[in-house]
Amino acid sequence: MSDRFSPSRPARPRWSYARAQQRLAPYLFTSPFFILFLVFSLFPLGFSLFLAFHLWNPLDGLGNWRFVGWENFALALGARDQFWVALKNTVWIGLLSGVPQHLVALPLAFVIHQFLRRWQTGVSTVLFLPYITNAVAITIVFGMLYSENLGLLNYLLAQLGLGPVRWLAVPELVPYSVGAVVFWRYVGWNVILYLSGLQAISEDVYEAATVDGASAWQKFWFITLPLLRPMMFYAFTLTIVGNMQLFEEPFIMVGQGGGSGGAGLTSAMHIFNTAFRDLDMGYASAMSWLLFLAIFALSMVNNYLFSRDGGREP
Amino acid sequence: MHRTALTLAAALLLGSAHAQDKVTLTVAAFPSLDSAIKAIIPAWNKLHPNVTIKLQAQEFADHHNAMTTALATGQGLPDVMAIEIGYVSKFAEGRGLEDLNQAPYSAAQYKKLFTPFTIGQATSADKRFIAMPTDIGPGTFFYRKDILDKAGVNPASMTGSWEGFIAAGKTIKAKTGASLINTAASINNVIIRTNLKKGEGIYFDDKNNLLVGPDNARFVRAFTLSKQVRDAGLDAKIGEWSNEWYDAFKKGTVATQFSGAWLQGALQNWMAPDTKGLWRVQNLPEKGFASWGGSFYAIPSRAANKQWAWEFIKFMTLNQTSQITAFKDNGAFPALLTAQKDKAFSEAVPFLGGQKARILWRDAAARTQPIDVNRYDSVAEQIVQTELTNVLEQGKDVKQALADARAQIARRAR
Repeated sequence: MSDRFSPSRPARPRWSYARAQQRLAPYLFTSPFFILFLVFSLFPLGFSLFLAFHLWNPLDGLGNWRFVGWENFALALGARDQFWVALKNTVWIGLLSGVPQHLVALPLAFVIHQFLRRWQTGVSTVLFLPYITNAVAITIVFGMLYSENLGLLNYLLAQLGLGPVRWLAVPELVPYSVGAVVFWRYVGWNVILYLSGLQAISEDVYEAATVDGASAWQKFWFITLPLLRPMMFYAFTLTIVGNMQLFEEPFIMVGQGGGSGGAGLTSAMHIFNTAFRDLDMGYASAMSWLLFLAIFALSMVNNYLFSRDGGREP
Repeated sequence: MHRTALTLAAALLLGSAHAQDKVTLTVAAFPSLDSAIKAIIPAWNKLHPNVTIKLQAQEFADHHNAMTTALATGQGLPDVMAIEIGYVSKFAEGRGLEDLNQAPYSAAQYKKLFTPFTIGQATSADKRFIAMPTDIGPGTFFYRKDILDKAGVNPASMTGSWEGFIAAGKTIKAKTGASLINTAASINNVIIRTNLKKGEGIYFDDKNNLLVGPDNARFVRAFTLSKQVRDAGLDAKIGEWSNEWYDAFKKGTVATQFSGAWLQGALQNWMAPDTKGLWRVQNLPEKGFASWGGSFYAIPSRAANKQWAWEFIKFMTLNQTSQITAFKDNGAFPALLTAQKDKAFSEAVPFLGGQKARILWRDAAARTQPIDVNRYDSVAEQIVQTELTNVLEQGKDVKQALADARAQIARRAR
């Protein structure tokens, strides 16, 4: 207001619709993203950081929180807290499902790329199906496979004179049973990632190698693997982030509490339970941030491992 | 301009005046309470044709999560909120619900009309009464008469003492091959919630002292007897609400089940209708009386139509006909004492082989003591269950498990 009438400044052109439109339009057009980002990302992020330092039962209503400093973090990091148990479970299930995922997906993608070109679309579709299938449907099907008395797996074992195995009841077995589902669900996704990576590798390189008399194995080891590094880095990162936040599969398969002995209780489930069952929002928020730090650290380790050897880009 | 504003204001005034004639009352509930409400709505409409009931029904967990969020933010609250027993103490400790002791509700006068223990469940530590009870779940002991007969076991021998219960289980297993119970953890669940001393809750006492621990005889006994059942191979190792559980009921591979009286309705309607006539009920062992389920109605402090909400709640909970309608609709056991005197209660229950089970349940409900509740009950429950599994599945020492449970709960209960 003041500068509009200020005599010391040159008079500005009066307000005009065209001018305002030109100025505002870009902001207006990008505003949906910023509004959504603000409401659904930035605000929750900030609020959870705020809550991490408070004790708050949501039923007390907004505003009725008490500042507790680092107490929530200390609680989670204390020896023998369930946070550690859940984190251990998460990492263990993550390894059991994540490592085989890549050990299978990479060679599989290579085989499809090299030998199954004609059926590539069909094969990829089939492999990709679990990824887009509803998690509830998946876990119900696996629940039937794993069922102790009625399940297919135990039926097959019984034919061999073995079992029955209590797949989802013995604490030591739960991570394997859950991990198998996670493996099955995401292996196709990784195959697709690697396939697209393989397609980006120029045929010339392979042709040159063929001329030099390289075997299929040598081509895989000396051409495919090094040139796939960026894609591997990407796929590993996604697996780390996804597995560390594992929630749906164990939640539906072994139940909210993590099943027998809590062996299927992942960090994300523990956070959810703490927030919505135990109504301790502060402790849950603090754990979310600790989980974020853990994911961040693991991603950094991954980054470091891939950028060794001088961070050579293909 | 002014004229438009005036017209607008007039329209608004008229609108709000109109709204007083026609009221829409939102009621948020979960299955199978929603079914009871639907059954009662016609009677309500006859009495109050101007008040339309808008029922918002969600699945059990979704409903309570949604209500938690609504109470936290004060947004999206219904006028009447149904609350299940597992949540009522948590909601009571919060600040978002009306204290029905106060005017204009003055509900203190109605408390004596209900099964006594329900009042305590809906009362907060600072004595606010936040919800009216509508149905209760008297804890009871289901057994398969045919299996016990085949094994030559007298049901009375199973309810005298837990030792007798386990001894009978061994006979049943040997003579018929049937398991005594679905999971050994059930023994723990009954023992820790029965025969409490005055002022004791399950996990905490009324002075907020943690009771779980290696020195507490109740927990030591609960863990020890559960382990005995597991070690003797008497349980089927089946979790509740699983396909195996339903299958066991259908095939008769498990001889007994501890549950709320409502299980009879579930067995009869969908779990195992073909087992009609084979089941009987008794009171819980060692004269234990426990609450096993129940539902309540509350009014959020920020509800739009508190007056009508209260009328509706009174109609649901204090009206004998409504209570009987709900009972006939889905077996919701009335919390209202006069409704329990209805002639339907002295009728034989065909599914239970003609046993007059409702009289037994009514008596059990009257003898059930109020249990002190604590806002950290769900934390304690989870930790105790996990430690019990460690004992059952991994052979962890009972006292060590209870000491660990105590330490973990103490850290979380701040």
